[in-house]
This record gives sequence, structure tokens and C-alpha cells, in this order.
Amino acid sequence: MSAISTIKTHHKRDVISQRMKLVDASGIRKFFDLISSMEDVISLGVGEPDFATPWHIREAAIYSLERGYTMYTSNRGMPELCQQLARYLQATYDLEYNAQSELLITSGVSEGIDLAMRAILDPGDEVIISDPCYVSYRSCIVLAGGIPVPIPTNPDNKFILKASDVEAGITPRTKAIMIGYPANPTGAVMPRKELERIGKLAEQHDLVIISDEIYNRLVYDAEHTCIATLPRMKNRTIFLGGFSKAYAMTGWRIGYAAASDQIIEAMNRIHQYTMLCAPIMGQMAAIEALKSGEQDVDCMVEEYDHRRRVIVKGFNEMGLNCFEPKGAFYAFPSIKSTGLSSEEFAERLLMEEQVAVVPGSAFGKCGEGHVRCCYATCLDDIQEALTRMSRFAAKYRES
Amino acid sequence: MSRTPHKNKREEIFRILENDARVIPEDIATMTGVPLTEVRKTIQTAEEDGTIVKYKTMVDWDRIGIEQVWSLIEVRVRPEREVGFDRIAERICRFPEARSVYLLSGTYDIAVIAVCKTMQEVSEFASQKLATLDNVEGTVTHFMLKRYKQDGEVLDGTSKSKRLPLTL
Repeated sequence: MSAISTIKTHHKRDVISQRMKLVDASGIRKFFDLISSMEDVISLGVGEPDFATPWHIREAAIYSLERGYTMYTSNRGMPELCQQLARYLQATYDLEYNAQSELLITSGVSEGIDLAMRAILDPGDEVIISDPCYVSYRSCIVLAGGIPVPIPTNPDNKFILKASDVEAGITPRTKAIMIGYPANPTGAVMPRKELERIGKLAEQHDLVIISDEIYNRLVYDAEHTCIATLPRMKNRTIFLGGFSKAYAMTGWRIGYAAASDQIIEAMNRIHQYTMLCAPIMGQMAAIEALKSGEQDVDCMVEEYDHRRRVIVKGFNEMGLNCFEPKGAFYAFPSIKSTGLSSEEFAERLLMEEQVAVVPGSAFGKCGEGHVRCCYATCLDDIQEALTRMSRFAAKYRES
Repeated sequence: MSRTPHKNKREEIFRILENDARVIPEDIATMTGVPLTEVRKTIQTAEEDGTIVKYKTMVDWDRIGIEQVWSLIEVRVRPEREVGFDRIAERICRFPEARSVYLLSGTYDIAVIAVCKTMQEVSEFASQKLATLDNVEGTVTHFMLKRYKQDGEVLDGTSKSKRLPLTL
């Protein structure tokens, strides 16, 4: 009898952990399913380049396979890649990282964010993030037992994280500030002055800075400041970067973390038991990208810049006010003039005009009233999407 | 007074047009951030001074069943005093069959890309028109079997996007 009751009790038990209940499902699942059932959709809803990885990089990876490079690598990453990366960071930012102890090759920046959070957070620690921000930040903080503290940003301050607002969000439990600029979803770039102010706050309150700089190379008429280059910031910064966006290498899953040896050692301890190492083929491709991918980046940036100007002008002309994004490959127009919520806008636009965008609300409360439109799409498609969206916006403004 | 755009911006304008000659000045102005009057002036000047040689369309004639025979003809030439290879090259350029003409270093001197309707026409062009020119010492004709890529364009490159339609 007692055995039977024990079995019954087990049946009632929830299979999924309590922690998982704190993690939201993807805000775009519904749209993904809808698009899959439709034809003639122009998607401005992607988060990756429309270029294939430059051929010489693909070729280097193919050659590595031919030579039999199909095995594990060192947990921290291939020594040659770490050395190339150290040279790249030195040449680009004048930052000196020890290739053996202060760099870690990760499976994309996404893994780096997870490792960083798990390495530094204790249960109940708070992490300041901007709102809106890339969707992973919140989830990774929660999964590491931390508490995300969103700081509102808006088009009036060009979606930058103001130090004065950050200061208001700091409590005795604050452990870190997560910065993700150039930003997904807004395209905003952080001015150096504001980063300096945030750096001072981090010093005053002894906070760690986690800086996701995956879009560092994609800036237009603007300069990206790497926060680790600011005075005394290197040692308290976990600098996360990667190859996905600049070199059109999203599927290769190669990123890196650069930080103090103490933090990298902790991150590597998680990495070695979970990911073990980043895929070797991707690491071989990344070596080639660092060695001779500069020209590819310049060509792609010029192309994105053309599209950026076209899409921003198009939105402003159709009455969807759009602040000028200076980085990444997203425009974040306001859709308030249509009277629709961002989710309604995205859903109706898809159903009525077959254009896919991502509702701003998927990136935080302050994303409401906006939609994210990726311009890493060919110009003909962007122009056709603008025509359809203009028709759509006019219809809802009139009604 | 119209200013001349920065050298890099001029290059940008030409790269846009080289990739797609249909892009109108208004769109080029938007894409580059260069004022429309300056874009127009840059294009007009380039048309006048020969920087922009011509606006053309690239056609894949195979797709509409029009047969063409492409060939690469190596031409060995005895250069002439004072004019070198220029005079003979200019003569070769006048033949409508010669689509492109280049002076090369290496084992032969002039490369001619010839386009004709039939193999017979190619062989007549090579043997009766080119080989008989004064100063031409010999020709070697290679028939092109398949064009994969031309002027930077992959000819069967109608590849569909492989990206997922929506990602964050």
C-alpha cells in the first residue's frame, strides 16, 4: 500500500524545474509558425547577415577537415586561435590579453554570456541590463540564479544606457552591469562619455562589467568604444566578442571571452564540463577570418550602411519615426502612430502584407511601441518591404 | 556651388553603379548620404570624362536558347618599332567578334575573347582574320565549354536564402 502511494506522489511531481518557470518562452515562436505556412514573405525578422561566410574562410575550414582536424581542442580553444585573437585585440584596441590565461574560445557569444553569469553570480545577485535588450541577457541571469534589473531606455536618449539611470538601479545586491552595444534590437551605439560615467559607477560600487560586443565592427558614421579600453576597466570587464556578425559566421558558433585570469579560469571550469570546447572546424575558420578577413568586413559594412540609410529614410517618410541607428544591422521604428501594439502590428503586417518584423516587446517592456527590422536583406527586398509597410501604416493611421 | 564628394564616397557611388546600373541618383544619394546634386554632378562628370564607359545589361543567352560559341584565342605578335603592340591590338579590337582584348605577359602576347554564333565562325575568325594580320605570328584557339562565372556573377547563381525566416 505504501509503495503504491509513493508511486502516485511521484506521478504528481512536476518534471520541469521551478527555475525554468522563470524563463520566458521565445517571443517569436507564434510568428515563426505563421511564416512557415505562408508564401512570398519578405522577412526583416532575421538576426544574422544575408551574406554567406566569405569563401576563403569556408575553404580554410574545408581544408582543415581534409587534413583530419575533426577532434576536440583544448578547452580554452586552439592555441593558434588564442594567439591570433590576442594579436587582434592588441591591434584593434591596444588591449593586452594573455593568450594562455585571459582568453577563452566559446561557442558563440551566447555561451559566453551564460558562462559569465554563472561564473560571477550568487543566488539573488542583481544584474543591471538595458530595456530593451537582447533576449538572452534576462534568461541567462535568471538561469544563473540572479535577478535582472532592467533600466529603461528610449528613442529620446537614442536608446543608450544613461549612467544616471544606472545609478538609480544600483542596490547593495548589484553584482554586475550587462552592456550590449552596438545594440540588438535598437542599433544604438554607446558614446564614450557615457561609458566612462558607467565605468566610474562600476568602480565606486565594485561591479563587474559584462560587455557583449558582437556587433563591434558594424558601426556607421560612429565609433564603437570598447569599455575595457577605458582607464582601470580591463580588470573588471568580461569582454565578449565573436565572429558571427562581422564575418557572417553565425552557424559556426565561435565567440570569445577576454577577462582577468581569475574570471576566465572560472568560466572555463563551467565550459569544460558543459561545452568541452568550441567546434574545431569553426575555430579553424576563425583563424582564417582573423588572418585575412578584414577586407570582407569592410565590404559588408559598406553594403549594410547603404541599406541602413534606405530603410531609415523609408520609415521616417511613412510616418514610423525611426531614430538613426549607428550600429548593428537593425532599425527600430516607432509604430505608435498606427495605434497598434507592437505584437498586433507585427502579426497584422505579416498577415496583410506578408512582411515579417519582430515586435519590440520581445526585447523588454520599453520595446513596446516599436518593431525590430533587420536590414541585412537585399535592397530590392528592403524596398519592396518599405512599399508594403507604407501602405499598411497609412491604412491604420486613417482608421 | 557643387562640391566634389570625398574620394571614398565617389568610389562608393561608382561601386553602386557598377553593381547595378539601374540605381537612380536619388537612391544613390540616400544610400551614401551624399547630397543629390553632388551625386548627379559626379555621375555626369564621370560620363563625360569616360570614367563611366557605358551602362549595359548582362544577359544569360543560354536561358532563352540562343546559342553562342565563346573562345579564348591566344595571339603571338611581333611588336612594331615605336608603337609596340598597340597598333595590332587596335586592329583586333575593330572586329565585332572580339568581345575583349588584353595584352598579357607570358607565353603569348594578346588574349582575345571571341563570341560567335557557330564554331565555324570562330575558326574562320581565328584563321582567316586574326592569323593573317601582319605581325601576327600564330594563334591558338580554346573553345570555352561552359561559363560558370562572368564579370563577378555566378551564372546559375539563383540560390534561395537558407536563413531561418525569424531569429532573435
